[in-house]
Amino acid sequence: MSVTIARSLDQALEILSERPDALILAGGTDLMVQINRGSLNELSTVIAVNRIPELQGWKQQDDTLVLGAGLTYAEMEKSDFAAVAPALAQAARTVGSPQIRNAGTLGGNLGTASPAGDTLPVLAALDAVICLRSAQGARRLPILEFITGVKNNARQPGELIEEVHIPAAQGHQEFCKIGPRNAMVISVASLALIVDQQNKKVRLGLGTVGPVPLRPAEAEEHLSTNVNWAANTVSAATLDQFSTLAAAAARPIDDHRGTAAYRRHAIGVMARRTAARAFTEETA
Amino acid sequence: MTTNHYTLKVNGKEHQVADAWAGESLLWVLRERLGLPGAKNACEEGECGSCSVRIDDEVVCGCLVLAATAVDCEITTIEGLAPEGELVDVQEAFIEAGAVQCGFCTPGLLVTIDKLLETNNQPDDLTVREAISGNLCRCTGYGRILEAVNLAAAKRREVTS
Amino acid sequence: MTDIQITSPVSAPRIGESAPRPDGVPKVTGTFTFSSDLWHNNMLWGGTLRSPHPSANIKSIDISGALAINGVSAVLTHTDVPGSLLYGLEHADQPVLAADVVRYEGESVAIVAADHPETVRRALAAIVVDYQVTAPLVDPEAAEQAEPIHPDGNLIRRLRLRHGDQNIQGEIQVEGTYEVGMQDQAFLGPESGLALPSEDGGVELFVSTQWLHSDRDQVAVCLGLPPEKVRFTLSGVGGAFGAREDLSLHAHLCLLALHTGRPVKMVYSREESFHGHVHRHPARMWYRHHADTDGNLLRVEARLILDGGAYASSSGAVISNATCFAAGPYLIPSADIDGAVVRTNNPPCGAMRGFGAVQTCVGHEAQMDKLAAALGMDPVELRLKNALKSGDKLLTGQTITGAAPVAEVIKSCVDHPSTLIPSDDMMSLPGGAGRTADPHHIVRGQAMAVGFKNLLFSEGFDDYSSAICHLVDGVATITCACAEVGQGFVTLAQQITREVLGVEEVILAPAATATVGSAGSTSASRQTWMSGGAVQKACEAVRQQLLERIADQHQVILDDLVLADGQIVSLAGNFSLDLATATTEPLEADIEYRHAPTYPVDENGQGDAHVSFAFAAHRAVVDVDPELGLVKVVELTTSQDVGRLLNPLQAVGQLEGGTSQGVGLAVMEEVLVADGHIRNASFTDYLIPTALDMPPVEIAAFIEQPEPGAPFGAKGIGEPPSISSTAAVVAAMRDATKRELPRVPVRPTDIVQLENDTP
Repeated sequence: MSVTIARSLDQALEILSERPDALILAGGTDLMVQINRGSLNELSTVIAVNRIPELQGWKQQDDTLVLGAGLTYAEMEKSDFAAVAPALAQAARTVGSPQIRNAGTLGGNLGTASPAGDTLPVLAALDAVICLRSAQGARRLPILEFITGVKNNARQPGELIEEVHIPAAQGHQEFCKIGPRNAMVISVASLALIVDQQNKKVRLGLGTVGPVPLRPAEAEEHLSTNVNWAANTVSAATLDQFSTLAAAAARPIDDHRGTAAYRRHAIGVMARRTAARAFTEETA
Repeated sequence: MTTNHYTLKVNGKEHQVADAWAGESLLWVLRERLGLPGAKNACEEGECGSCSVRIDDEVVCGCLVLAATAVDCEITTIEGLAPEGELVDVQEAFIEAGAVQCGFCTPGLLVTIDKLLETNNQPDDLTVREAISGNLCRCTGYGRILEAVNLAAAKRREVTS
Repeated sequence: MTDIQITSPVSAPRIGESAPRPDGVPKVTGTFTFSSDLWHNNMLWGGTLRSPHPSANIKSIDISGALAINGVSAVLTHTDVPGSLLYGLEHADQPVLAADVVRYEGESVAIVAADHPETVRRALAAIVVDYQVTAPLVDPEAAEQAEPIHPDGNLIRRLRLRHGDQNIQGEIQVEGTYEVGMQDQAFLGPESGLALPSEDGGVELFVSTQWLHSDRDQVAVCLGLPPEKVRFTLSGVGGAFGAREDLSLHAHLCLLALHTGRPVKMVYSREESFHGHVHRHPARMWYRHHADTDGNLLRVEARLILDGGAYASSSGAVISNATCFAAGPYLIPSADIDGAVVRTNNPPCGAMRGFGAVQTCVGHEAQMDKLAAALGMDPVELRLKNALKSGDKLLTGQTITGAAPVAEVIKSCVDHPSTLIPSDDMMSLPGGAGRTADPHHIVRGQAMAVGFKNLLFSEGFDDYSSAICHLVDGVATITCACAEVGQGFVTLAQQITREVLGVEEVILAPAATATVGSAGSTSASRQTWMSGGAVQKACEAVRQQLLERIADQHQVILDDLVLADGQIVSLAGNFSLDLATATTEPLEADIEYRHAPTYPVDENGQGDAHVSFAFAAHRAVVDVDPELGLVKVVELTTSQDVGRLLNPLQAVGQLEGGTSQGVGLAVMEEVLVADGHIRNASFTDYLIPTALDMPPVEIAAFIEQPEPGAPFGAKGIGEPPSISSTAAVVAAMRDATKRELPRVPVRPTDIVQLENDTP
């Protein structure tokens, strides 16, 4: 195993073009667990990217929120970020522990592409676009094309996740995550609800209930078309149907963290509750 | 095994690391190469906080840092919390409050709490609990630990007032 | 918040005061040496190859690939064990290294010593074991009838307890079947140690353990060495809770050190730790309680089955406790209880804090609540009506001769005002930062439970502890092999010594088999009594020697002499001498301390099997989100029967810590085993309470009724907090959800109860 610290994006890309199979190390919260366990090949090249200035921080660029791949969960919890991306900030707060949040990164969450990745359903609901770079150039993929399966993504050898672009959305945002403990839990099921006031659309992202984050189109359509946008209210019947459609869209499995039936049920409950937070439930 | 040589700055002092295997975590290097076993190895997968150290002012799990990448950083461990032969407020408070039983979680907690009180010297109960939610303790049930934080916070407020 | 006085470290605190720990400063500065912190020049690293199969025959073990790796110094298998292959706490039924069969996932098959842990890992991966996998026996209820998986058979122990008139029937009867999942002790300090070969052909081991001498005795037999050549020294222990009562890496390290001629260090990973120690026995319990219409308990019937896993460990004692305490701290004239612990290919189970009484407390307290409901009676009233007191007979026929303030424990707990501070913060709701609920989604429940168990060892076991007191120049040195695992015995040892000798400085010598006799196990809540008693007696013997010497040397009346504040003083007022001057010639006493004898139980489970008992109660308030099944324990109150408080601050720590382990078992802790495989051998998925899961523990009362025969009248306090806590939390969840919840830990699906959903 050999380790190189990249001090600039260009340096990282150069190393990656020479060693396209290099393991990318950012916060270490996933990769180091594997190294400590002995799961990684002795001949691996590890390239540390957490010193690359071009990957740090976030900024608002016209109608787009530009997030560096090196943005940590702790940075996403901060109030200035939470003001522009509340659901992402809420999700960040649920990742691991404070120590994990100081080190773990947005890019890492995407790179690992775990079905339980906490930012993934939020990014899906935000219509995030993943920006990849290599020595050969750059390309962009919508997140649902980037995450391709369980711990699988479309990053090609030689590519680095550089940024995440999020189209600006004005409106209420919610994130919920279920775990069997009140801190430091892997998600059993999670859900993000994003209200796009301008376009009168509600977008929903489901996490941990499929190999990839899900966008339940029917559920979104139903809520979007049945909300009273003017009054910001919604009927109980709409909430119920929204809940049913969201649950039906989930594709959960049974594992040692939870059953498929429970996960599906939980999605339905969280869908209704988050929608009831975003819109006032009409009394009959 | 390819081997590595690099320099780590720990508790203000430079340490040469030679003939190291590249896959060694910072926690392992501190404990087994640099004679600093204060940070602990309860899980080595980022789930317990017993390995908490400060790197450039952030508290992280030392087990999740590849040692060879921790160059050009200021690393502070439990051994560096106080000057030689002295105790800082959080250490005194832990003893006074009875917050130490087996002591395995103690170094990680002290590093975490020391940082918390730097940013907030009057944290409420929920804030403290969330700040230490990444530090598992199996012996105490956290009661005396919370009391120790209150004691230390009072000491720190006194000093800064 | 519990209000405890904190003693200044400058004074010399004695019995009854909140003395600070003598190891406090090293622990807070990171200089305290735990067994995983040990280091030696020229040392090798050790590692263990473990069976991936819960049941298999071993056809061959090929170590050649491992030996060929550069940096590997030794690869050993069962053929390299010079002495007895088998060891064990109660029965020597477990091989040091598997020979022709493995009986549980994780069983040790080979050990390696090499120059670096990464080399060890590669060497282990290069060992080729030809397993012939066989179907594991995993159902404890089928074990007795199944083919034996061990020459000792599949029934480890059965107790049949028949007490009183077997023909009694009650007009009111309630039945229930309850289950307790497998809990893990989850101590933070991994199994670890350092072994060094000695020049005389023996070996030294520095290790974390609960019982130094028992470990040494077992390992000496396996090494084929006389005990004097096997020298064990206690190094810093990072918690135990029962998991260090059995051997883990002890024999392995000694074998590698002897074989390589070099120091060898071994540290288990957390995953390995889950496989490397025993767990709490999972239990299935059926009960039928009989009462009259006034609520007097008349009879209890119970069938208990505990899954002992592959090897016996201390299962025999666990089932005995479970059976004896099966019905709880109540006076019941008639009982028929059948308790069995069986062998399966599941992970081996043994001691964990509470030792059988935790499981049965879940059962008997659920039954008492069911009975109260059937009677239309208040659950607390029902318990008070039937509560044991001094002079009552247990179900084993033994009369309680010591303190039994069960009613006081219950009343003080339930009468204690709530200390709950209402909070609007989302973080205080079930789900925490997960933001799953709003306040109107939450239902609150409240309930109480009471439990008890024995203190000290039982059934005729020769239970003793040893201590040496050495006094010179006014400074006392105590040598005692009592394993300090965090509970604070080291503090008490100093307090006791100061109390008896009036000294200020008390040095604690290392705990080592070479220098002092056995102190017995740090378990069964016994060390304050037994090792505290040994220290007390050793100090008293030294005091007597000293006073006799002074009386003789200075012609003063012996009976007038006392030790106080570093002085020897005559109460007649005509003599005083400072202790330092009086002890330039050292004095020493080496004492073995025993408690009053106990006796085995007969074929009906009757006999005076125990020394003493301790009782505790908990009241729990739990918030539940019934739609999602998420839970937050928001208040815990406890009272405990303690005999006498020797160190209030440390006592608080024991009650709070034991309570948190009970909370864990109620809401989140379970080793998930499927077909003999552990599915969650990590802290990622074996969840213990964080600071956001534990409420403050309010101590309503320490009930101090001095225990006859106990040094200073003090009862052990370590286990009772872990017994009634689980039962109280699950009872509170039943109150909130109106669900039966017959199983702990309670999972979200147990609360939500979807159709066709079986976890």
